[in-house]
Amino acid sequence: MSDKSFSIIGNYKTKKTVEKVAAYIFTACALVTVLAVFSITLYMIISGTPAIFKVGLLEILFGRVWMPTAAEPSYGIFYVILTSLFGTSLAILIGVPIGLMTAVFLAETAPRPLAGIVRPAVELLAGIPSVIYGLIGILILNPIIYKLELAIFKDSSTHQFTGGSNLISAVLVLAIMILPTVINISEASIKAVPEHYKHASLALGATKIQTIFKVIIPAAKSGIVTAIVLGVGRAIGEAMAISLVAGNKANIPLPFNSVRFLTTAVVSEMSYSADIHKQVLFTIGLVLFAFIMIINLILNALMKGGKKDAGR
Amino acid sequence: MMNKRVSGIAAFIFVCIFVIGAFAACSNKSDDAASGNNDGNNNSGNPKSTQAAPDTGSKDDKGEEAAQDISGTVTMAGSTSMEKLANAAAESFMEKYPGVTVTAEFTGSGAGIEAVSAGTVDIGNSSRKLKDSEKSAGMIENIIAIDGIAVITDTANTVKDLTKEQLAQIFTGTITNWKDLGGADQPIVVVGREAGSGTRGAFEELLEIVDKAAYSNEINSSGGVLAKVSSTPGAIGYVSLDIIDDTVAAVKLEGVEPTEENIKAGNYLLSRPFVMATKGEISAQKETVQAFFEYLKSSEGQELIKSVGLILP
Repeated sequence: MSDKSFSIIGNYKTKKTVEKVAAYIFTACALVTVLAVFSITLYMIISGTPAIFKVGLLEILFGRVWMPTAAEPSYGIFYVILTSLFGTSLAILIGVPIGLMTAVFLAETAPRPLAGIVRPAVELLAGIPSVIYGLIGILILNPIIYKLELAIFKDSSTHQFTGGSNLISAVLVLAIMILPTVINISEASIKAVPEHYKHASLALGATKIQTIFKVIIPAAKSGIVTAIVLGVGRAIGEAMAISLVAGNKANIPLPFNSVRFLTTAVVSEMSYSADIHKQVLFTIGLVLFAFIMIINLILNALMKGGKKDAGR
Repeated sequence: MMNKRVSGIAAFIFVCIFVIGAFAACSNKSDDAASGNNDGNNNSGNPKSTQAAPDTGSKDDKGEEAAQDISGTVTMAGSTSMEKLANAAAESFMEKYPGVTVTAEFTGSGAGIEAVSAGTVDIGNSSRKLKDSEKSAGMIENIIAIDGIAVITDTANTVKDLTKEQLAQIFTGTITNWKDLGGADQPIVVVGREAGSGTRGAFEELLEIVDKAAYSNEINSSGGVLAKVSSTPGAIGYVSLDIIDDTVAAVKLEGVEPTEENIKAGNYLLSRPFVMATKGEISAQKETVQAFFEYLKSSEGQELIKSVGLILP
């Protein structure tokens, strides 16, 4: 009943304008992201480098003593870097097998009703804020770990008791926190393995388990590696949860030592720091930034590699 | 036909909303940036005081119109521990008296007193009492507030009283088990604050263990220390006096309980006065400095002192 003159895309001219405006909006939105990344990078470099010149890069990176407010301050973050690397690797060692097996379970072996429980649970785990992980860690995990610590170091005269706030607690919390990332991406990549691989394997007489470990997981390899790298990224960048459970003393990362991660080093001292202390905290941020950049580069390389695999 | 047009209109509306939204977002952003800059200039953002500004304005219109007219500067230098108090006081004072500029430097108590005695600043901030030599040089000790620190343990701990010596040994790691202090056979978990914290600085200074403390936990908030100590058997920590509650037990020091009365009487070990020293009596100072001290003694100023966790003298 109505005629064309009401429609905004009714004629060539309006159609063209809408197209153009839409294109500009999309470009503007894309630029916001680029601008954010660019300005953050610039800011980190500008605020993170002065301390390097004042204190010295080697003193910061390889110094063993962190006493930023002492009469003769010392800004060594070697143990902090070591903790971040060691803690993250341990969390990956614990979290990835569990995550991968869960993904296999969900994609291949789970009976439908059980998968219907597990999958929402994994999604819920991804949605829990990190401060909640930290609170549960401090209230439930720390006391348990402290009992363990008391039992192990009963006769030790040199061990400094941490009350359960130590590397183990932090690693356990991190391992649980990376599970959703690992599970979701691994599951997607396992599901993306072409059906006929599985059929061929089963037809050749392989059992289901043989098929999973010899055919499906190798075929989904690049996706699983991506899941691991993203898990590393999540673990190394996490601050809130582990600042509550790790004890925050810059120590050698031994299992029952109170430890400080790169992220918690920045978070815990930023509020009252001043002068060089503050600048060094920015340098720590820069180091963390560098680590995350490296992880991203690895991720990009892997994804390109994955595409090549698929093309072959 | 119908569908196409409907979807076309929908697309147009969507685009319009998007454009408007983008503009709105832009203007919001610039507002934020502007207010951020202001905060930066004021040195520390205190949302409470900015909200209080209109109230005080209306009150002043009725009462002290003359007081607002004064202009000039108040300069302070001294204790780093008093940074929070000095900045908060300067900020809210300048809101009340827009004509006055208050500047504060944090160079250390000794340097602050030296500066005021040399006449380079109006007020010397000191987190210790003045020495007799300083007093005889004409310096006046105006105690503005008292800083008190409580030592806390978990409630099940049987050790209720410690000496200064014992406390220093616990926090430097010489004593590591409660049984050495007459308590149960359980290890001591030493909980402290992060480097840069004023409470940590004051605690270590008063115990004379600066840079020697061996913490097993460094927590970046008083509430965090409270939570950790209350949930860990055998833990010991320290917090500002005003925040302790019944989830932890406050330890007596040299037999003295950490109460406001004991601190005011000067019997409690872990307390120190916050002094704003002037050269000569306050009444002999210039108008702006007098107004500043008056402000600190007014009910508004006393509220401010309490709000940064200090005890009134």
